[in-house]
Amino acid sequence: MFKRVTFLPLVIVFAVSVLFAIYLWQIGPGGKDISTLPSAMLDKPVPEFDLAPIEGRKLGLKSGDLKSGLSLVNVWASWCPPCRVEHPFLMALAEKGVTIYGINYRDKPADALRFLRNLGDPYKQIGADTTGRVSIDWGIYGYPETFLVDHTGRIRYRHVGPISSEVIETVFNPLMEKIAKK
Amino acid sequence: MTPEIGHYAVALAFIFSVAQGAIPLWGAYKNNPLLMNFAVPTARFQFIFVLLAFVCLIISFVESDFSVALVAQNSHTLKPLIYKISGVWGNHEGSMLLWILILALFGLLVGEFGNNLPPSLRARVLSIQGLIGAGFIAFLLFTSNPFLRLDPSPLQGSGLNPLLQDPGLAFHPPFLYLGYVGFSMAFSFAIAALIEGRVDPAWARWVRPWTLVAWTSLTIGIALGSWWAYYELGWGGWWFWDPVENASFLPWLLGTALLHSALVLEKRDTLKSWTILLSILAFGASLLGTFLVRSGVLTSVHTFATDPERGVFILFLFLIVLGGGLLLYAIRAQSLKVGGLFAPISREGALILNNLFLATSFAVVLLGTLYPLLLDALDAGKVSVGAPFFNATFVPLMVPLLIACPIGAKMAWKRGDLSGALSRLKAAFAASLVVIIVSMLLDENRSLLAAGSLGIAAWLMIGTTLDFLEKIGVPKRSVGEVFRRLVNLPRSAWGAATAHFALGVMVAGITVSSVWQIERIQIMRPGDKVEIGGYTVLFEGAGQVNGPNYKALQGLFSVFKGKDKVTVLLPEKRNYPAENSSTTEAAIHTNLYSDLYIVLGDADEKGGWATRIYFNPLVPWIWVGAVLMAAGGALSLTDRRLRVGAPRRAVHPANSAIPQEH
Amino acid sequence: MKTVIFLLFFLVTPALAIQPDEILEDKLLEERARVISKELRCLVCQNQSIDDSDAPLARDLRVLVRERLQAGESDEKVIKFVVDRYGDFVLLRPPIKASTLALWLSPIAILIVGVVILLMRFRKQEKNMPVQVEPLSSEETKKLEAALGKDRR
Repeated sequence: MFKRVTFLPLVIVFAVSVLFAIYLWQIGPGGKDISTLPSAMLDKPVPEFDLAPIEGRKLGLKSGDLKSGLSLVNVWASWCPPCRVEHPFLMALAEKGVTIYGINYRDKPADALRFLRNLGDPYKQIGADTTGRVSIDWGIYGYPETFLVDHTGRIRYRHVGPISSEVIETVFNPLMEKIAKK
Repeated sequence: MTPEIGHYAVALAFIFSVAQGAIPLWGAYKNNPLLMNFAVPTARFQFIFVLLAFVCLIISFVESDFSVALVAQNSHTLKPLIYKISGVWGNHEGSMLLWILILALFGLLVGEFGNNLPPSLRARVLSIQGLIGAGFIAFLLFTSNPFLRLDPSPLQGSGLNPLLQDPGLAFHPPFLYLGYVGFSMAFSFAIAALIEGRVDPAWARWVRPWTLVAWTSLTIGIALGSWWAYYELGWGGWWFWDPVENASFLPWLLGTALLHSALVLEKRDTLKSWTILLSILAFGASLLGTFLVRSGVLTSVHTFATDPERGVFILFLFLIVLGGGLLLYAIRAQSLKVGGLFAPISREGALILNNLFLATSFAVVLLGTLYPLLLDALDAGKVSVGAPFFNATFVPLMVPLLIACPIGAKMAWKRGDLSGALSRLKAAFAASLVVIIVSMLLDENRSLLAAGSLGIAAWLMIGTTLDFLEKIGVPKRSVGEVFRRLVNLPRSAWGAATAHFALGVMVAGITVSSVWQIERIQIMRPGDKVEIGGYTVLFEGAGQVNGPNYKALQGLFSVFKGKDKVTVLLPEKRNYPAENSSTTEAAIHTNLYSDLYIVLGDADEKGGWATRIYFNPLVPWIWVGAVLMAAGGALSLTDRRLRVGAPRRAVHPANSAIPQEH
Repeated sequence: MKTVIFLLFFLVTPALAIQPDEILEDKLLEERARVISKELRCLVCQNQSIDDSDAPLARDLRVLVRERLQAGESDEKVIKFVVDRYGDFVLLRPPIKASTLALWLSPIAILIVGVVILLMRFRKQEKNMPVQVEPLSSEETKKLEAALGKDRR
């Protein structure tokens, strides 16, 4: 009976439904986030760049600085509300000794400094990307974004959107441990 | 109190839908007239209670009863009344209730107007409708209740997305749902026929009006959505192959194929298995659309904000309804009697060609829409499938279909004369060639694609007109004879001619507006002029205006043709404080064969404004064509033969190979 | 004062798609830029190309595309530049790779399947009952003509 071609539509619909079910399960609570993209630069070296410091600071940021050890690179701006939301988490990470570099995206000089004065400064060094071109080299599309860069200067992970304690615990910490072991 | 009445009404409707689903079906199985007669009353009561619930929801919105969570999330006291009402279906729960209302409405209509149906068939059809209704009402009650209360209730609502506060968009969902849900009728008829084990011309004749209603409504719904996107979104686009747009287009493609395939079944008692399959799949496509939009598997401007848990319920419904239907089809289809025979070159052959290309387009658009999801589920990477893919694949598939259309209309049933048909279309062919040549000469890019498309549009329009004229005897017959034939021509012939002609109109509109659009982007200061498309556009200045629930920056443009002032256009940038969002309102001047389209941009620091002015030739023909196509469908609906003189089924099915009427 | 603040609001909201200051003087390069822009997805929008979108990122990418074209790069190199940074997802036309072969071959594959099914059906029909019939006799032909006299179709 099952050899009949009239069973074909049913088989196709069943197969598609199974795929939908798998997908729903994947994106369910605590699962995959289908609204963000994985970085196209995973496991690739950070792009070459050399950014001047923001106003009020001495040190800028260049690609060479990122090869000294495991670090986070956070792309932020003073006019971006989610950046405000995630900032306390960055401060907490910095206090724990995590090296955090910043790329300040298209900000007015005084605004970036004011942001840091009000909310704290977790950054070891900050590069001012006033044109946004360096951020495009990093593949930025949604701010803030936070990259995990290893000691060889390779990008190991990218998180789109504000970081939270959940992201830190479930993604960053395990990944950082894994890399540190090697 | 009103929301509670609404909630209670939905629960009662559920009970009646279950009764409607079970009792008549059992009655048909046992051939018990008493039980079968439960079908119509239960359908009536289900409809009455769903209507009551819907009215209660409308009242809650109109009264701005913010103790109802749905109203608080989607409405605002300052919103104009019409948008308070249309806001009822501008969200997941409310639109689901509208869906169910239309499902119940169709059940009611079959009950009231289906007296020409054999009782067992009607009982089964209503039962299937009832079962589907029960499934969706359960979905509403358990996962998407519109009547949930908020305690404490807020003093003001969150308002409705300003993009949705628009007349075009207010009517877009009801028409769409009439279409989607309308195909449930073809589905129910198909299942009933499979259960009975009999598919014949009588069945095709009974199904036709319901399919026409669904198809016509869906055509209007899609056209409304497309037209809205054009005037609202501000850059003149009107179709984006967005997953949710595709979700509405997929049932339309299958519905069109079904209309043509059912025609073959009705005239020649063949293509039974295929027509039944199409009937099941068309509604399946509607259900797929419902799943895609409400489950969270796709991100799109169109999707309702909802969650995967609801997605599981809808997937379940999808699998049961479509899977159940296809299982029945798989088992029963082979036993349908083989009907009339025909040669490949014939009217049937042309209609099969029509179905082949529509079905292939359906499959390609479906695959393109689902592909990113499929790959992501299999962790095979993230790709995006956008307009370039669909345009590259869909358009070539339509070409053979459009060329075959006037030819097929000229072919006889069973065995057609291809050379004869072509020779009778000589004039149309010649005209198309002329159009192609003229287009190539006038087009500075010498685009063969554009010329070819225009040639096809001419072929369709002139070919259909010639066919129509031949039908009524022009030029061979006397004037009196022509007039007599014109008046006596069946409405479905009028309808088909109109719809096919409209197709040509649409192709012309799409081609010309894409290829010969003129765009002027510049900074204008008050007093500056732009020459475009024969118009002179003078920018007078910009200032602030206030609306009922918005503030706007409005530009004033005076439009001249030569020395005569044609109109004043007022594009705006609006800000809605309640919803804290903005929209851009383009200003459009149309004379039904071209549009002048102006959008106001940002101010620069020197007192100038960025402006974008478009001249879109023939763009109105896209929607004029769509409306005309729908009118063709509506015309066909008024055909006497659909209401009067529907064939009585032969007592001995073995003899019912040839239909009695033309 | 309120008006000024209100008007300032519109200076801050995103501009509309292509701005006058983005348009290149070289018409050929501008045309190439438009074509390329229509193939690149705006990643912060819903289903728009960077050509249509009014998002700041779209504008940045439009400017970038034009700069690289002015530097003399070919269309493919410009697109590759963007894809290297954003992945295949930024392409609105899925690239032809092993994973997308099924998609790109589907139109012709499905058509072939359909035609094969139809051919099988016609062959089965021919075997069972050929459509060829004997020609009508002259008597039958006369009767037919008489009956069809008025209605030629």
